[in-house]
Amino acid sequence: MRVLAILLALLWTAPAFAVGADETMLPDAAQEQRARGLMHDLRCLVCQNQSITDSNADLARDLRGIVRERVAAGDSDAQVRQYMVDRYGDWILMKPPFNPRTALLWLAPLLLLVAGGFGAWAFVRRQRPAPGTPALDESEKARLRALLDEEP
Amino acid sequence: MKPQHALPLAVFLLIAAAFGVAFYMELDPQATPFAIEGKPVPAFDLPPAVEGGEGLSAADLQGKVAIVNFFASWCAPCRVEHPMLMTLEKRTGVPVYGIAWKDRKAAIDGWFAADGNPFSRTGFDGDGRVGIDWGISGVPETFVVDRAGKVVWRYQGDLNEAVVAKGLEPLLRTLK
Amino acid sequence: MIVETGHFALILALLVALVQGTVPLVGARRGDAGLIAVARPAAFLQLALVAVSFAALTWAYVVSDFSVVNVATNSHTDKPMLYKVTGVWGNHEGSILLWILILALFGAGVAAFGKNLPAPFRARVLAVQSLIAVGFLAFSLFTSNPFARLDPVPLNGAGLNPLLQDPGLAFHPPMLYLGYVGFSIAFSFAIAALIEGRVDPAWARWVRPWTLAAWMFLTAGIVLGSWWAYYELGWGGWWFWDPVENASFMPWLAGTALLHSAIVVEKRDTLKSWTILLAILTFSLSLLGTFLVRSGVLTSVHSFASDPARGVFILGFLVVVVGGSLALYAVRAPSMRPTGMFAPVSRETSLIVNNLVLAVATFVILFGTLYPLFAKEMGYQVSVAAPFFNIVFPALMALLVPFMGLGPLLAWKRGNLREALRRLRPALVLAVLAGLAVAFAAEGPFWASIGVGYGVWLTVAVLSELAGRIALFRAPRQALRRAAGLPRGAWGMTLAHLGIAVMIFGITVSSAWQREEITVIEPGDSVMVGGYRFVLDAVGPVRGPNYAAVRGTFSVYRDGRFVARLTPETRRFADPPQETTEAAIAPLFTGDLYAVIGQAQDDGRWGVRVYHKPLISWIWAGALVMVLGGAISLSDRRLRVGAPRAARVPAGVPAE
Repeated sequence: MRVLAILLALLWTAPAFAVGADETMLPDAAQEQRARGLMHDLRCLVCQNQSITDSNADLARDLRGIVRERVAAGDSDAQVRQYMVDRYGDWILMKPPFNPRTALLWLAPLLLLVAGGFGAWAFVRRQRPAPGTPALDESEKARLRALLDEEP
Repeated sequence: MKPQHALPLAVFLLIAAAFGVAFYMELDPQATPFAIEGKPVPAFDLPPAVEGGEGLSAADLQGKVAIVNFFASWCAPCRVEHPMLMTLEKRTGVPVYGIAWKDRKAAIDGWFAADGNPFSRTGFDGDGRVGIDWGISGVPETFVVDRAGKVVWRYQGDLNEAVVAKGLEPLLRTLK
Repeated sequence: MIVETGHFALILALLVALVQGTVPLVGARRGDAGLIAVARPAAFLQLALVAVSFAALTWAYVVSDFSVVNVATNSHTDKPMLYKVTGVWGNHEGSILLWILILALFGAGVAAFGKNLPAPFRARVLAVQSLIAVGFLAFSLFTSNPFARLDPVPLNGAGLNPLLQDPGLAFHPPMLYLGYVGFSIAFSFAIAALIEGRVDPAWARWVRPWTLAAWMFLTAGIVLGSWWAYYELGWGGWWFWDPVENASFMPWLAGTALLHSAIVVEKRDTLKSWTILLAILTFSLSLLGTFLVRSGVLTSVHSFASDPARGVFILGFLVVVVGGSLALYAVRAPSMRPTGMFAPVSRETSLIVNNLVLAVATFVILFGTLYPLFAKEMGYQVSVAAPFFNIVFPALMALLVPFMGLGPLLAWKRGNLREALRRLRPALVLAVLAGLAVAFAAEGPFWASIGVGYGVWLTVAVLSELAGRIALFRAPRQALRRAAGLPRGAWGMTLAHLGIAVMIFGITVSSAWQREEITVIEPGDSVMVGGYRFVLDAVGPVRGPNYAAVRGTFSVYRDGRFVARLTPETRRFADPPQETTEAAIAPLFTGDLYAVIGQAQDDGRWGVRVYHKPLISWIWAGALVMVLGGAISLSDRRLRVGAPRAARVPAGVPAE
């Protein structure tokens, strides 16, 4: 319980919101917008699963300042991210990069769909009438088809 | 038993094993990556953190093995590890340098006046940027730099006897 | 004394659970009616004992008995009585006791309402349910005893966290647990079926109502938590793909799949072994969720006690329960032979697609949640957070939603695709038109037009199906009568699917067109966002029962007309020292107005944050509609009548 309280306190002790109105925002609105976008991509080091936009922590505030500095200095988005990755590793990116060590993660949905789809299709194809049920001959099958197609 | 029916069990056992390994490895979910491992010390040049002391720069970490400790007077675990730090240089024979992170000179001077200064050189990182360049996420964090000026070890948290005896000292012996 | 009684009752409950978990199983195997008959009274006794135990703990909270460690840690005399009571489950030990209570409650429910179940089968179900309870009771008594005493007794408790003193957060756990734990019944039914080596439509008919009830509670619990985050956290976020949120979402996805595949088992006697597997997996995911929150293996905002020792215990329990049941499944599954057959185009295949997508989604979320742990063990630290899930999950849902419209229009066994598509043409056309309209007329991200298109598709498709069923256009005058005669299950399905459509609109529109302004202003100034003018009238101090606050007053205007007054606050509590934001929200039909007051600046101005979030309340509304649909389905008599027995053909009826 205390752990919960401490964790919650870490998140919400400081003033109301994360990107504080008392931070110096970039004078150029487009640049500030870019900076905010980048902040959403970077993980707060001392919080649980939050970006530095949504965090009240001091360190998050410092990182926001650095993001703004680098954007104002002319770095591209990729360069700002690389700056952070150089210091903290891929872990600081909220979105896992696509590389050989994360390929399995990103490809999982597709691979699972294909595997599952194949399994389902095999099941549907493999169906056999229950033993004891006589098979239909062609004319019966045609009649059955006609009857079933009448259903609303 | 058909193979596909055993698949869910196999997958589950794999996941359970992964959790078991996590407990065994005593993984700390709060630990941040040691991204600077094996890389050269980042460039920095800081003024001293204590009145009348010597500053610290990247050049001071070339050509010898050194211990670098990031600390702050407002940090409770730093106070806890202070006695250990006081004996560290003598114990290991390796110079121990300190970088004051986001601190105030007056507070540091007051603390060291009362409890002693464990560092032969200090750096004052007022805005915390040097700490970020080293990839710290708070204080205290302790690093070891080898002769080639590469960062080879890091510990997050206050240094205790177990860490020093089982982790730090064996490493320093291999570096000498 | 009362506390000791509660403790003793818990110990007795463990003993009863041990008996209930073994004797009926032996009896069912041997065909011994006497041993089988132990199950029902044992289930009632277990509930009574656990209820006494829970009541004792609650009493300790109500009277603030700080000689009990749990109460001293988590309560305080200054807490309002409501939150003293809800504090019972707002901690690790108490929440485990709640788990046990709900397990016993559902077990007793089956004992009471399962009269149409064959006695040996029911005995097995109750036995399995009880074995799960044994695990939790042992966990509670040996590692997480809520009744441990404290000496010396502190003058007051330590638990006055203001964040937990909130209605939304107080009732979120019980709802969630009724859901999580409710799926234990489906699990017990599945294990019992595996032991007997037989699954038939009757089994599906028995399992469906319990699964539906659990699903409803879980839906409500998840949405309650999401809504709480929205109004409490101060920037209007409502889903973060945090590991513990995922831990509640995975059983929901699997449970939804289970609801659908059980229909196929009941109606067509096929997909049996898959449905059994789903029943096992859904509850296993509930157990996994419990593990994740309490083991300290993953970081999360929600984590309870991060205690590796407890974590190892739960892991062991997981291996026994989940591993054991999956092993039983591996051995017994081949004996479940389907008898129903169906064509590649049919409602059955549609439901298979439903299950495939939901199962893949569940596994992908599990994989993504655990990936950082696996990677760390291999020496690579990476984060898998909201950006990953926000790409893969909608992509998967995009595959499912078309079938939500198509499936109900396909017949069982063999569907007529051409006919179904013909009836869906209006839905398709309107969806494409809506998507194009949004793409060209409204400025938004590309996915906004896709989301709106999907919402329109689903809405019109569901309504088309309903219209077809009541022959609205073919024979309009009898349509109303036909509608009244429709089985409730049909209304339930319609509403549940419409609820999803409403949520799709809410999520798409609020995410695509939300507008935010962060600025510093002084009283008298205003700030524009989303076409609304927020005028800061005044900022002043106010006093609450246990806090001091700064309150800002906004008047909001649109095109000069007054729309709403908002009074956000920042509250400062003394004990423990903490600050919380109370955002002010005005829920209009077209969207929410959201305002937060921040810090005072040196020059007397104030930091403020204002939002316009269009259609965001449709997210909560859609979920409510889904729960309502579930409730209506649940009230369908057909679900509660036992499986029909084969009618006896009367012999020799004279043909008159």
